[in-house]
Amino acid sequence: MNRRRTGRTAVVVVLLAAGALLVTGALRGTLTYYRTPGEVLRDPDAARDRVRLGGEVVPGSLRRDGDLVVFRLAEGGQAITVEQRGGPPGTFREGEGAVVEGTLSADGTFRADHVVVRHGNEYRPSTAPVEPVDAR
Amino acid sequence: MRASTVDLVADTARAAAGRRTMAWTAAGLATAATVAGGWLAPPDAVQGSAQRLMYLHVPAAWVGYAAFAVVLAASGAYLLGGDLRWDRFARAGAEIGVVLTAVAIATGSLWGHLVWGTWWAWDPRLVSTALLLLAYAGYLALRRALGERTDGRDGDDHRVARPAALVGMAGFLLVPVVHFSVVWWRSLHQQATVFAPQRPPIDSRMALALLLAVAAATLAALCVLLHRVVRLERRLAADTPRTAERVPARVG
Repeated sequence: MNRRRTGRTAVVVVLLAAGALLVTGALRGTLTYYRTPGEVLRDPDAARDRVRLGGEVVPGSLRRDGDLVVFRLAEGGQAITVEQRGGPPGTFREGEGAVVEGTLSADGTFRADHVVVRHGNEYRPSTAPVEPVDAR
Repeated sequence: MRASTVDLVADTARAAAGRRTMAWTAAGLATAATVAGGWLAPPDAVQGSAQRLMYLHVPAAWVGYAAFAVVLAASGAYLLGGDLRWDRFARAGAEIGVVLTAVAIATGSLWGHLVWGTWWAWDPRLVSTALLLLAYAGYLALRRALGERTDGRDGDDHRVARPAALVGMAGFLLVPVVHFSVVWWRSLHQQATVFAPQRPPIDSRMALALLLAVAAATLAALCVLLHRVVRLERRLAADTPRTAERVPARVG
């Protein structure tokens, strides 16, 4: 009886450990949800595969080039130029955070096809009636 | 006329009146929160009116945490004293917590769609919240499975209550993981505002609406908890008890 119990406990422990391993393995992409420009510039080869890049949209860097939206993402003094194909969400604007998904090309631009806005935790009343968003 | 929690779960007319008063207070607070969140508070400078989802999302998440704290405390009280009434509180707390966590995920998903531009992201906060939901849904499933296997009645059987209490307490380990996920790891989700060490600015009308919404949600959840425990006990009393393990349920 006691022996059976020990065996069963061992099986449960092994299963739990295996489950934990699987979960942490699967969550590796989750735990570093995005890379910073500094990390991508330091290790450009890692960004040849699809990665997420996050930072602040540099004020004054946003422009539209036909189908492309071009801007610079910066964090900690380093910045990367992003060429985003397809319109960003309506809340996307300069000075706010953004996370893009794509690959770093050989010329140093980051070609992205997916962008999400990463806003802060400060809440202020809008001064003007909500401005129509220019980014579409 | 102060009534303690234990009085309020009694199946008497006076306790029922107390519970009704609580429910009406919660309804009043919810109305005030709707007015404050829907009209009084201004739209956010960056997010526009989508930010109003905060007044649903944040109370659901916080009161969900509180419901899991009820599971933790009630399970601990059961393990220490062996009173099955605490086991029923733990079950009701887990049910409420699961529903509120699901509401937090749903409202957060809509908020994310409107502001981030995506319904879902494989981000630490979102994934850990989903795990929290799964853990407590699993807790409720475990209770049911144990009840069927031992042919015991859920809420009135130590063979169900003891393992459930251990799992319910272990599940609470995920709550700090969810809460601090935005600090420990890089996340798309914004960091805390109200519970931040140096509180970032929040417009006072927004803060008032949030406060009202949290108060309404807390009181409403407490009403549901008491109602649920009373209903469970009424159902258990209606069946003839099959186990001889019934412990006198009255406390205090």
